[in-house]
Amino acid sequence: MGKLVANLLAKRRTPGRRSARKNYAFWFWVLPALVFVAVFLVYPVVGTLRLSLMNARSTANVGLDNYTWVFTDPAARDALLNNVLWFTLFTLLAVGLGVLLAVLTGRVRYESTAKAFIFIPMAISFVAAAVIWKFVYAYSPQGFTQIGLANAIGTGVGLPPVAWLVEQKLAYLGQLLPAPLHTNNFALIAVGVWMWTGFAMVILSAGIKGIPAEVMEAARVDGASEWQVFRRITLPILAPTIAVVATTLIIQALKVFDIVWVMTTGNYGTDAVATLMYKEMFSYQNFGRAGALAVILLLAIIPIMLINIRRFRAQEQNR
Amino acid sequence: MKKIIAGDYKWLLILTLIMALLSIPAACRSSGGSVEVLGEWGGEELASFQAMVAPWQQSTGYNMSFTGTRDLIAILTTRVQAGNPPDVAILPNPGLMVELAKGGNLTPLDSFLDMTTINQDYAQGWVDLGTVNGHLYAIFMKASDKGTVWYDPKTFTANGWTVPQTWDEMIALSDQIVADAKVPPAPWSIAVESGASSGWPATDWMAEILLRKYGGDVYDQLVDHTIAWTDSRVTDMWQMFGTVALTPGYVPGGATAILATNFQDGTYLPFETPPKAAMDYLGDFTAGFISTQFPDLVPEEDYSFFPFPTITEAYSGGVTGGADLVVAFRDTPVVRSFVQYLSTAQAQTIWVKRGGFTSVNNQVSLSDYPDVLTRDAAQQLTGATLFRFGAGDSMPAAVQTAWWAGVLAYLQNPSQLDSILANIESVAQTAY
Repeated sequence: MGKLVANLLAKRRTPGRRSARKNYAFWFWVLPALVFVAVFLVYPVVGTLRLSLMNARSTANVGLDNYTWVFTDPAARDALLNNVLWFTLFTLLAVGLGVLLAVLTGRVRYESTAKAFIFIPMAISFVAAAVIWKFVYAYSPQGFTQIGLANAIGTGVGLPPVAWLVEQKLAYLGQLLPAPLHTNNFALIAVGVWMWTGFAMVILSAGIKGIPAEVMEAARVDGASEWQVFRRITLPILAPTIAVVATTLIIQALKVFDIVWVMTTGNYGTDAVATLMYKEMFSYQNFGRAGALAVILLLAIIPIMLINIRRFRAQEQNR
Repeated sequence: MKKIIAGDYKWLLILTLIMALLSIPAACRSSGGSVEVLGEWGGEELASFQAMVAPWQQSTGYNMSFTGTRDLIAILTTRVQAGNPPDVAILPNPGLMVELAKGGNLTPLDSFLDMTTINQDYAQGWVDLGTVNGHLYAIFMKASDKGTVWYDPKTFTANGWTVPQTWDEMIALSDQIVADAKVPPAPWSIAVESGASSGWPATDWMAEILLRKYGGDVYDQLVDHTIAWTDSRVTDMWQMFGTVALTPGYVPGGATAILATNFQDGTYLPFETPPKAAMDYLGDFTAGFISTQFPDLVPEEDYSFFPFPTITEAYSGGVTGGADLVVAFRDTPVVRSFVQYLSTAQAQTIWVKRGGFTSVNNQVSLSDYPDVLTRDAAQQLTGATLFRFGAGDSMPAAVQTAWWAGVLAYLQNPSQLDSILANIESVAQTAY
């Protein structure tokens, strides 16, 4: 058998000879992958597309009605806007903090301890983390004992208590955002950043460690300030790593589900596309709308995946 | 060669063993002395149920095997479709019972129960709820009462407040409490946070309002979706709830606190020192929350409930609640004997005495209840002239979920009530 395979492979490498046997071998190798992709990717995608063009119970064709609903219904519009908010704010904060912490922790003696603390949230089961954060955000009306950490500190310095997960217009922050964006999403995004900063930091830190010390030394000898070293040497060399981390986090943000579901179930205007899709599918049994949301989510993720793959390939070639 | 033969024997042996094992359950079934019960109970409840069945097992020599599941409806539906239903099932609400009875899956109980006794033991309302197409298919046990408003009698006496009998009196009392600015300064505690099912306590409020204002027919029409969610009576139900929930000063912290407070924590407010609110509406299970949180409080002296006030005089005895139903899928002597036994006051008294069980059988003596509050709830239930199951629990799950979500949206943006109702209506149109 081993010999046969070796023969086939050898034949394949001989240029200009296209025997029937060679074609056989080709299909033999490709078939499992094709079957896999067809069953687990192509079939569901086509099925979802079909569902998204039909009514709630998939009994009649309704054309693009479900897509119209996604872009006109207030709840669906909220979900789309929230995803945009997640996509920008979550990625910027997690990557930004990740770079900052990677650079800073690299320069102290207690580096591994500091990193371990920042990385711990990544290792905690999210349901446990949600309990922690529900306590942090716990709210009681003014004049009651505040058991939530955030409100205990806030009322301690004389601010009114805030129902972080419920209020759509938080004091101060409310003015910063245009009307349809709900500020309680910040409370959820903060949890996401808390969880994922450690991930960004660890990868970026490894990237920084990979920068040759000679380059930095040379720059310093030439009289560059630490900021200039960071700006002109570290960042450019780190750019591909940052891009990989950022795309991973963007995909994470687009499909965000667990944080929203466990903390608010998407109520109070915090629905993301994925949670709304789940509700339409399993709570309201509207397969058409759920399908349309799934397709939109897929379309949003495809370009980012392509960028990610292209980056990855470029990186592989550079090796 | 020898080895191969030995191997064959081994397989034969294993096969025989497997077949023997497979035939054990079949053998058990064919003995006929056993009844299989499918239900949701576990832990304390199951222990009480087993204690209740024990005398029957002793006197008849039959056996009862209980299969407990949290996913009763799915498992029952699958087993019925596969032609392998349990002998007896304990259902949490009548919707499924009606469906099964209409599908011819259930054994009519009036074919073997003595209907004169049943009519004596159970109020007409309960017999009617268990009847489909003129035949009795279910008997009710372990009922719960959702017509209860919790308060601290001592606070009321100290402040000179009286328990309201009607809705108007209740609103007048609420205004007075706000105006008095005594302790507690606010009349109501309302809390609807409950994880993925946040909003349900408010739907209980509304169901109670609907039943007592518009009666059982309109209530059934909303549950069956023969009137739309945009109907003016439904809108009225929401707005009456809104009067209590959204009037400034009625609930400490207002709508934000209602949304952010867990329903169980909300029940504590009237009983804290000092109390933060005067009243809290929630089902009879609230007694358990209060007694666990404040073990020193004495029921009926320090905490008690009054019946949800009358809105329309004609529907004054209306109560919403829940109850477990006993239904039978097979008609065998064991099943007959078992169901007959469960329907008796003698059987139900056993669980009543153990606590956590409210019987709707009139023959269960009120003095057997371990505490005063369960007895009061039992009295309210057995005497109910108009009983309805919690509206949300009787609707398709999709509509119930939409109702819960609608409550949360309404409390945040009461002005959008019309679009919220249109939304629930659109869910209802696909769900029925």
